[in-house]
Amino acid sequence: MATILAVLIDGIIYASWLFVIAAGLTMIYGVMRILNMAHGSLYALGAYAAASLAGTWLARGYPPLGSYAMLVLAAILVGLVVGPAIERGLLRFTYGRDEVVLVLVTYALFLILEDLVKLVWGVESYFVSEPYGLLGNVDIGPLSYPVYSGALVLVAAAAGLGLHLAIRRTRYGKLLTAVIHDREVSAALGIDVNRVFLVTFTLGTMLAAVGGALTAPTVSVVPGMGVEVIVLAFAVVVIGGLGSVGGAALGAIIVGLVRSASVHFLPEVELFSIYLVMALVLAFRPRGLFVAAEARKI
Amino acid sequence: MKLARRGLLFLAVALVGLLAGPLLPKWVLFLATVSLAKGLAVLGLLLLMRTGLVSFGQGLYFAIGGYAAGLAADALHWGDAVPMVLLGAVAAAAVAAVVGLLLARYRTIFFAMLSLAFSMIFYGLLVKSSALGSTDGFNVAPRTVGLVAAAGPRGQLAVFGLAALAVILGAFVLDRYLASHLGRLAPAVRDNELRVEYMGASARNVVHLNLVMAAALAGAGGAVTALAVGHIDPQMAYWTTSGEFVFVAILSGTASVAAPFLGSFLLELLRTLAYEYAPNTWQVVVGGAMLAVILFLPEGLWTLLRRRARPSG
Amino acid sequence: MIPILETRGLTKTFGAVTAASDLSVRVEEDTVVGLIGGNGAGKTTFINLVTGYLKPTSGTIHYQGAEITALPPRQVTRRGICRSFQIPQVFDSLTTWENLLVGLGIVSLQRSAFVGSALGDRAPEAAAGEMVERFRLGEWRDARASVLPEGVRKLLDIAMALAVKPRVLLLDEPTSGVSAEEKFAIMDLVLGAIRADRVTVLFVEHDMDIVRRYAQRILAFYDGRIIADGAPAEVLANAEVRRYVVGESAPPAPGDPC
Repeated sequence: MATILAVLIDGIIYASWLFVIAAGLTMIYGVMRILNMAHGSLYALGAYAAASLAGTWLARGYPPLGSYAMLVLAAILVGLVVGPAIERGLLRFTYGRDEVVLVLVTYALFLILEDLVKLVWGVESYFVSEPYGLLGNVDIGPLSYPVYSGALVLVAAAAGLGLHLAIRRTRYGKLLTAVIHDREVSAALGIDVNRVFLVTFTLGTMLAAVGGALTAPTVSVVPGMGVEVIVLAFAVVVIGGLGSVGGAALGAIIVGLVRSASVHFLPEVELFSIYLVMALVLAFRPRGLFVAAEARKI
Repeated sequence: MKLARRGLLFLAVALVGLLAGPLLPKWVLFLATVSLAKGLAVLGLLLLMRTGLVSFGQGLYFAIGGYAAGLAADALHWGDAVPMVLLGAVAAAAVAAVVGLLLARYRTIFFAMLSLAFSMIFYGLLVKSSALGSTDGFNVAPRTVGLVAAAGPRGQLAVFGLAALAVILGAFVLDRYLASHLGRLAPAVRDNELRVEYMGASARNVVHLNLVMAAALAGAGGAVTALAVGHIDPQMAYWTTSGEFVFVAILSGTASVAAPFLGSFLLELLRTLAYEYAPNTWQVVVGGAMLAVILFLPEGLWTLLRRRARPSG
Repeated sequence: MIPILETRGLTKTFGAVTAASDLSVRVEEDTVVGLIGGNGAGKTTFINLVTGYLKPTSGTIHYQGAEITALPPRQVTRRGICRSFQIPQVFDSLTTWENLLVGLGIVSLQRSAFVGSALGDRAPEAAAGEMVERFRLGEWRDARASVLPEGVRKLLDIAMALAVKPRVLLLDEPTSGVSAEEKFAIMDLVLGAIRADRVTVLFVEHDMDIVRRYAQRILAFYDGRIIADGAPAEVLANAEVRRYVVGESAPPAPGDPC
């Protein structure tokens, strides 16, 4: 009984973390039709920046609770600086090219960013675990969990709700929806598609960075953390359907629970089991669970 | 890819290389051998790109080839290197036959990402496996290479010869395949899959077959690399290894048969230099060069990757 | 006589939209049938359903007496039904010659018991040469499909459909996008090429002159339904057809101002 509960709770915690990252990935695809292979690196950048900022804060002896603000600040900074830099500095020149070409471009970016991280932060691992334990633990039945994990779940839920409302209710959200449906028609209607792209990519980057920043206190921040993430995030996004934020949420929950079950019962097959589930979903719904209708081609 | 005259030229170069072998410095011979082996993997990737697919996970088959050869030497106690290369190719092809059941249904980004994921799953399995030496891997030491003892400079030359032989065979088979009715379906699938289906052929089967062939080539390349280096480790399956294959493939295009091998050689040369002087900048160099090629090379190179309508039913 | 192609109550809906409604057609072998109707009337939907590109919501399709309703395009083609497309579907990066060889090669592979022997088979090259002759594509033989003018692309598209030796050929607007003189040339060429092989042809056409000249029978579509089916003279005189398809308005009622 306790194990089932553990699987469920671990699954939800894991799903929250996955959702924040996958939401950004799926949004960027939905709006820009680019599968950002470098998304994992953006996550890593967020983690490293958070580790540095929070680590320095704590080392200087400032109030420990402020380290949380540092984590968030790091993510926002990465989002606001790196996002536009990549979009304006590189991606902008590749719009309109074949989808495969775009994948190659983000793949090349991935390679560059992975090394850039090593150049800036070196190859040793970073541990900034204080924020993780600072809020203490909470007991759920026979199990004990850090309050921090609960905060993570709340952040993910808030992000999900926020995105949902933003897309449905705000003017920007409506522009986004228009561009998702048809870029050319949107442009013809006078929508500044380039601006929408810039904002979307920056938002996506920030979400990835937030995922990284919030994860930083729970793991050792090492080079190569980016590629694990892209492989997982991709599975989530595929299960949910490329371009659907709601799908990313559902996909995250499914992958989170599968991973949690695997870790508790058969850890060696962790990644394998996630992809097995993905293959099963694809067998019945080749384009994922939530997918937009396709226009007639012939 | 036109074989004929260029192929003969290549053969001549290989023969010259073999004859000059004893005179070449060891490191050049070594780089040449590894370039030929990796070039084989790139050749397979070019076949896939001709079918309209970019695989970011050829490292999977490269590693399978290497580990198959290694296990043959280590666990099965095979003595000779030649059957090890064959085993590498066959093992990789077998895995591709299975993986292809899922992979052949997908295109463009799905295909690219799935192939990446599979190679990383295998990487994870290798790293977690203490029996296979985990991140350290293990040594590969055959006793003979054909009729020559594996140890010493003559052994090294023999491995080079084996690599050249594998390349010539691989390139020849590929050339004949692409000129055949089956091989001609590859660019057709890339250009207009719907049309292919409407002419009674299965695009999925074409992709599946090409996946298996590309895997066999990569597997052979992996086995030869394992023999040349004398060691295997999970790095062969890591995503950056696959990335290098993609990079060389993009650079070389389908203009000539020799291009993938020359490109590979250049890459190996550059890598050796980069690791000497600036170990943490290698990916930046590869990534940056890739971007430069993509952004500045004329559209012509991208006819390799252009895609068209797909049947939705 | 079993009709070579038959549909019974073929219906296709997309949510609230009915693209095809209760289409029941019997086509005899070796006939030429014209499909007419306005845009969105259901002609291309009909072809898409028959060839397996779309799955019908209800109804069945029969070819030579056997049911083929659930089969995908690949299987339908292999049974002997081929089609051309409104927008020609060719292989842009290959030459005209190579385009033809793809289809002929496929046929060669399918007809040989042993793949190996097919790989060395030279017959497709001979057949391709003959098709280039027949369809007057000689001038464009080694040109890439992407640079071909529209009329030649259409011809190539049709030639490729014929390469697989169908018994039934469905042509979707074979003369659209092509100049007036070329229209007749294309139809003459195509129908002449298949005369000896007793191929059944259904062609979608907007140009009534073409329809009048070549169709032995006409199916008129409107709003997803077939509103007339029969000899050209009677179909084209049908009031509904005149109103909805040909575009001629009904004669003014007595007392109307105009």
